[in-house]
Amino acid sequence: MTGPASGSQSGGQVADVQDTSEVFRGTASGSTGLRDQRSTDGADQRAIPAFVLGEELGDLADHDDRIAVLTADLAKANRTNDFAARHPDRFFNLGIAEKNMITVAAGMAASGFVTYAATFASFSALLGCEQIRTDCAYPGLPVRVIGHHAGMSMGFYGTSHHALEDLGIMRTIADLTVVCASDANQLRGILRASVDHPGAMYIRLGRGRDPEVYADVPDVHFGRAVQLRDGTDAAILATGSEVYPSLRAAERLAATGASVAVYDVHTLKPFDVEAVTAAASTGRVLTVEEHNRTNGLGTATAEALFEGGFAGVRLRRLAVPDEHVPIGPPAALYAHYQLDSDGIAGELTMLLDD
Amino acid sequence: MIERHLAVERLRDRARFVRTETVRLSRIAGAGHYASSFSAAELLVALYYSELRLRPDEPAWPERDRFVLSKGHAAIGLYPILADLGYFDAAQLDDYTRLGSHFGDHPDMKKIRGIDFSSGSLGHGLSAAVGIALAGRVRGSDHRTWCMLGDGELAEGQIWEAAMSAGHFELGNLVVVVDRNQMCIDGFTDDVMGIEPIDARFTDFGWRAQRIDGHDLDAILDAFSDLPRADRGQPQVVVADTIKGRGVARMELSLDWHVGNLAGQDYDDVMTELATGLAAEVGR
Repeated sequence: MTGPASGSQSGGQVADVQDTSEVFRGTASGSTGLRDQRSTDGADQRAIPAFVLGEELGDLADHDDRIAVLTADLAKANRTNDFAARHPDRFFNLGIAEKNMITVAAGMAASGFVTYAATFASFSALLGCEQIRTDCAYPGLPVRVIGHHAGMSMGFYGTSHHALEDLGIMRTIADLTVVCASDANQLRGILRASVDHPGAMYIRLGRGRDPEVYADVPDVHFGRAVQLRDGTDAAILATGSEVYPSLRAAERLAATGASVAVYDVHTLKPFDVEAVTAAASTGRVLTVEEHNRTNGLGTATAEALFEGGFAGVRLRRLAVPDEHVPIGPPAALYAHYQLDSDGIAGELTMLLDD
Repeated sequence: MIERHLAVERLRDRARFVRTETVRLSRIAGAGHYASSFSAAELLVALYYSELRLRPDEPAWPERDRFVLSKGHAAIGLYPILADLGYFDAAQLDDYTRLGSHFGDHPDMKKIRGIDFSSGSLGHGLSAAVGIALAGRVRGSDHRTWCMLGDGELAEGQIWEAAMSAGHFELGNLVVVVDRNQMCIDGFTDDVMGIEPIDARFTDFGWRAQRIDGHDLDAILDAFSDLPRADRGQPQVVVADTIKGRGVARMELSLDWHVGNLAGQDYDDVMTELATGLAAEVGR
């Protein structure tokens, strides 16, 4: 594969070939800290997922002394430093040691705490997989492992920093609730609902720049998908970062007269079979996820359709093919794999023609 | 003495090249690991232009020394060296990180000539180097295996599993260089997760340790020349005390420049700073 823009950027006009939000803290000039301030682009930080995690956990901890937060040298990237500033006695930075972090969180949970352990999804879910299963899920401890910058949202950081397998791995672990947040408000709702949820959880977050899907903080019921849009010709089941572009795609098809329902399947496990049944009533289902097409939302949907006797429903699964993705800025990768609203609309058009 | 002086002058020039290329490539990407590349600049050039036994026109030469950049986020400083040595056309770096480029933030052995092992997930590199060193021994080769570790990643347990195994297997053909630049992302390692005394921790696992100023090219060359021949024996560690962000005043030991983006006037100012060598005097 050859870069389409090869050799064209050496002259100084670099900014115009960048998409503006491709780097995990934005691309405005300056240091990490400066970019944090500038990359909001004038928007309210409360609407930007990247700025929510530490603040919301801090709010919850104001009223609940069981809550503790851990990270692995990424307090600035995931903003758990906002929690640390307010509750330093219940914040622990373990350094670059993810497995240790997760099992330490389990140890605290075994002693009465509700622990939130956050790092890149590639390290929390993949590196820490066995610790999550053996030390968190099996004993049923209230550890909330947070995998942020999931999928391919790390873009040109490359394969080591991508997590396109995490849902499949996590979905296979018994007694583990697996949830994806699609925007800032839903992330708040997930965190609020998680405090007293029994057992261990894996919470998957994107790069933190996801646009708004929910105007207010929703009441999140784990295992129950949210229907965001009605429709009779087809239904999209989307999760996490793909909910917003799926909504945009459905709107675009509506302009051509197609009626497409959209469901936010925020919980991969336990899986909402009823939502799949409702989606199946349209006769055409499209699943959309930022994940390897193996063992994620599309697979879970196919299982539910077939087992529910809906084998005749037309199903398309939009996901990352079973390959290691190329190097590239996130937005370029989404377009490359048709996981932006243009690509989803195209896939939807084909589904409607099926 | 004159020969050494000329060698050091050349390396100093190449270290400046590493820094200016890091700044240039970061602008193409819109973000870069400036500070982690700058701290390693003298170490990387001493290795690639002086110490490593290489044939850039024959990257798979079985008798070459191997190098694993475990702190893979410093790859932006290594790519220009590999291009300069002829592993690939330097123009390939002009689309650094763009869709389909072979050159991402972390080095990829599948895509880049001269990269012996991929990295990016911290804590893996030393284990890979142990495997490469074991393979060299089994095949009867006298090549060395080198591994550069960041100090932050010394918090990873796998590093110490690897260190223990290298001591156990008496891998005298293995050399670790620790870029002790004092900081991980969230702060000084002394504050985030204490890792000292690094040299004593390695020697406890059966290694021989040296500790040097990692920006002093004479000291680096002396340390490398002091290594015993690659044979069964103690694995070797060179703990290089460095300054994260070394060479650009605003970045030196700054909490803000692990990842950043220099553009506009900032870009020009930093390029001027590097060109005039002002930073060498400003630095501590």
